[in-house]
Amino acid sequence: MALLEVRNLKTYFHTREGIVRAVDDVSFDVERGQTVGIVGESGSGKSVTCYSLMRLIPEPPGKIEGGTAMFDGMDLLKLTPKEIQKVRGDRITMIFQEPMTSLNPYLKISTQLIEPLQIHRGMGKSEALEKAIAELDAVGIPDAKNRIHSYAHEFSGGMRQRVMIAMALITRPEILIADEPTTALDVTIQKQVLDLIRTRQDDLGTAIIFITHDLTVVSEVCDYVNVMYAGRFVERAPVKAIFTEPKHAYTRALQKSIPAIQEKGKDLYTIPGLPPLLSQEIPGCAFGPRCETATKDQCLTDKRPILVEKNPQHWVQDCPGCLGSFQKSRRFKNSSF
Amino acid sequence: MTYLELDNLTKHFEISDGLFGKKRVVKAVDGVSLSIEKGEILGLVGESGCGKSTLSRLIMQLLPPTSGSVVLEDEWLANLPPALIRERRPDFQMIFQDPNASLNPRMTVYSTLVESISARHPRVSDNAADAQEAVSELMRTVGLDPRYMRKYPHEFSGGQRQRIAIARALGTEPKLVIADEPVSALDVSIQSQILNLLRKLSRELELTMIFISHDLSVVRYIADRIAVMDEGKIVEVGEANAVFNNPQHEYTQTLLKAIPQIRV
Repeated sequence: MALLEVRNLKTYFHTREGIVRAVDDVSFDVERGQTVGIVGESGSGKSVTCYSLMRLIPEPPGKIEGGTAMFDGMDLLKLTPKEIQKVRGDRITMIFQEPMTSLNPYLKISTQLIEPLQIHRGMGKSEALEKAIAELDAVGIPDAKNRIHSYAHEFSGGMRQRVMIAMALITRPEILIADEPTTALDVTIQKQVLDLIRTRQDDLGTAIIFITHDLTVVSEVCDYVNVMYAGRFVERAPVKAIFTEPKHAYTRALQKSIPAIQEKGKDLYTIPGLPPLLSQEIPGCAFGPRCETATKDQCLTDKRPILVEKNPQHWVQDCPGCLGSFQKSRRFKNSSF
Repeated sequence: MTYLELDNLTKHFEISDGLFGKKRVVKAVDGVSLSIEKGEILGLVGESGCGKSTLSRLIMQLLPPTSGSVVLEDEWLANLPPALIRERRPDFQMIFQDPNASLNPRMTVYSTLVESISARHPRVSDNAADAQEAVSELMRTVGLDPRYMRKYPHEFSGGQRQRIAIARALGTEPKLVIADEPVSALDVSIQSQILNLLRKLSRELELTMIFISHDLSVVRYIADRIAVMDEGKIVEVGEANAVFNNPQHEYTQTLLKAIPQIRV
């Protein structure tokens, strides 16, 4: 049995424009010590998926409409606010994109670092402080003993993200949710932070849910990848299969649009069109209008495609249009909306 | 002929630690010499804090240099009196990282762009039809539908917003555009669209551009030449592919190694 089993999660937002189906029937597992990636564009629902698990969706307008998330015999989606507080920040923790906004600028780092230990472990101040210094040391903050009494603004961006990681791991959580943790960082710092996350994971055996829009980052850190589009997973596979034998047109299009792998002098590949509005019911294949395979005419229009297991552990939405090969001679257009 | 010439451009900031603390000098830009041809895209690469932004502000005449000179089309800019600098402003335009922050949320696309056009053509808004035509053309140039000119920035997607910011920069018919991390805040799929657009514009309008980024893989794609900056100095300049494939300086090699690779 997996550490976390999410089944048929649905999170909708009830807005004036209608019901926004941000997460629409999503299922995945997280094994102990594994890194599971959720990849997709802005607005695809990857953050809402994780916020739902942490029960951080503002209600109203949001509402978890259905599904289960079994973690150690508990259904995270049904816990009372008091019960979920015991899990959140202790056994499941989170780091965010922008460390400056998630650290409190008025409090010293020390106050924020020892808070989880005081609350969840009932630890005394001096003991907690000792642990916190050791933790800062482990994430590579030099002179941790003195630096712990600094404020967030006294650290650089990369160092702040290290502090966040220390804070998230100090309770030795079973799952760490990392929401675009390196997107705001320079490439060199990004590399350091990714390396750090991996080393700490090896040391502590923490499972990680890694949210990102960057496929290259996925290839560096993830074991298993879920590709998300318009509130649903379109493809789920071990990281190797996602890159060596991607099946869904969206996964392939995402890979084609990575600037680093494209030839200089030619126009970069872009996915035409825009993601669909989630406030409207999507009758068929959500990617259909942007699909550019030779078989795109066969994209489902009357029913939503369902995930099927094509190879062991390799699931893909069974839409005949999106599974076809790309048209060979496509003329790239610049303005594509 | 060299279009923009930077000669030994230097900016030092004096800072002190506390009220009575010792004075220290931060060499934000330290003797930078560069030349850019007309219609060229120069990629400027370096980490946060290396002086990229200070350098761009020196070129934009937003900061007076400590020493050195900026020459655009044979005209010395560094020591112009403020009134003259103001007159030259439309020649320099910037595109910033985050269009949410750089566009005025209370101005429609139309008023944003008319304001920019009026820098060169002060009487453009005298005739409503002319103004609309000018705005429509600008919007078409960047791949936006002119029908949306009365909408506000928040009604557009992230990529479209960056197109508005680009249109605003082009509205003054600039001689030089500095794009400061224009795609870092965008999704990968949108990044490609904006990069394609910038390259198309540079070819069609003979736009001279300095493209600032920390991501060498993006810069390699768009730039003709790449300049690598570290601690206020340019440590390596060269043709884009040469810098990318055969980096000479140790720092460039470090930057290249940091690019995430797809390895499976």
